[in-house]
Amino acid sequence: MIRVVLPAHLRTLARLDRNVEEVALVVPPPVTQRAVLDALEHTYPVLRGTIRDHVTLIRRPFVRFFACEQDLSHDSPDTLLPDAVAAGTEPFLVIGAMAGG
Amino acid sequence: MSSVRVLVGTRKGAFILTSDGKRQTWEVTGPHFAGWEIYHVKGSPVDPNRIYASQNTGWFGQLIQRSNDGGKTWEAVGNKFTYDGTPGTHQWYDGTPHPWEFARVWHLEPSLTDPDLVYAGVQDAGLFRTSDGGHSWTELAGLRTQDTAPNWQPGAGGLCLHTILLDPKTPGRMYVAISAAGAFRSDDHGETWRPINRGLKSQGIPDPDALVGHCVHRIAQHRSRPDVLFMQKHWDVMRSDNAGESWTEVSGNLPTDFGFPIDVHAHEPETIYVVPIKSDSEHFPLDGQLRVYRSRTGGNEWEALTKGLPQRDCYVNVLRDAMAVDSLDACGVYFGTTGGQVYGSSDAGNTWTPIVRDLPAVLSVEVQTLS
Repeated sequence: MIRVVLPAHLRTLARLDRNVEEVALVVPPPVTQRAVLDALEHTYPVLRGTIRDHVTLIRRPFVRFFACEQDLSHDSPDTLLPDAVAAGTEPFLVIGAMAGG
Repeated sequence: MSSVRVLVGTRKGAFILTSDGKRQTWEVTGPHFAGWEIYHVKGSPVDPNRIYASQNTGWFGQLIQRSNDGGKTWEAVGNKFTYDGTPGTHQWYDGTPHPWEFARVWHLEPSLTDPDLVYAGVQDAGLFRTSDGGHSWTELAGLRTQDTAPNWQPGAGGLCLHTILLDPKTPGRMYVAISAAGAFRSDDHGETWRPINRGLKSQGIPDPDALVGHCVHRIAQHRSRPDVLFMQKHWDVMRSDNAGESWTEVSGNLPTDFGFPIDVHAHEPETIYVVPIKSDSEHFPLDGQLRVYRSRTGGNEWEALTKGLPQRDCYVNVLRDAMAVDSLDACGVYFGTTGGQVYGSSDAGNTWTPIVRDLPAVLSVEVQTLS
């Protein structure tokens, strides 16, 4: 299972329990950003368009993808995610970028 | 007994204010969609329990929420707003061509006859339509592809389509207004459009009476006389008696004719309301005194309405979609401020009371009169 941590607004939107920070998804290999997000949006259709553009599937500008203390936001969506994410020992984090002054 | 429901969109969520017909005591619920910008919330005229809300953040984009029970529960519906075909370009701030890019829904206008039919005005300026209760949206591309569109240039708030009026008497006639392009009319259900800006004069554009380029802030009409339109422009309050074919200025004795909202009394088609603010660079009331101005003569002759409104040290603004009227007798008038107050008047503006004082900045106010 792939573990995906969602920001609070998207957890609310997906109607997850208030105390649930991450979801577990079945993602067949190869485990890439695209495959994880496809599975996430398939399970939670309401999230379509909130993380990446509906048509181009490009990441929204103020969304970030982290895993294993690395920023994967600028990686190709078809790059393999770290082994620890694929193994389910580390989560894939969807983050709302820091903003403010 | 009649009651009213005030739908308030703010920078950080939606709030619903309800009262009985006396409009003296209020129940406040919210925030709905806490933390999200709610540009507009509006109910269907034919099914008041059907309400639509535009929900947006810079992080996660656009959502449309729908309620079938008067705002008690909500369901996220379709949020895919894709321009028809290859979108082409409009002018960017530096005068270069810029591709049309969807940013947000500014205004939702439910049909006068069908609760599943809704129009959405968006930034970059475009008009979308749903006929399945918000699940899917299709652009009415005739507006964005008409001849003048490549020359439209955004105002400081973006190239936003913020006003949609549906004519209750002439089938297929509708109006939209775009900052900073102007007003447009369709007579065929939104398939084709033409500018209706004759008579507008704007000093902020190279040709003051150009066909397009005017920063129209809002248009209002009375249901009984839909050919009479009232407009608050960047500067100037305007009036048209011929469905927008021509406009005349009716700013009259207003202390300043810059402002954003304009609305019409529910039972008196010649009674209109504006909230003047100091200038385009000072978006707050003159002298720190929050004053609604009312004209009972369709413009030109205005009176200040001050009872119950702060008359010192007040530096809030009232945004374009943040004023509305109910249809009780006497007519109720409501507006929200960027300081988070929602004021209501149950006597057509003679006296005002704050319904709530400390909401996030108010973006929109709509009212439903329920029986």
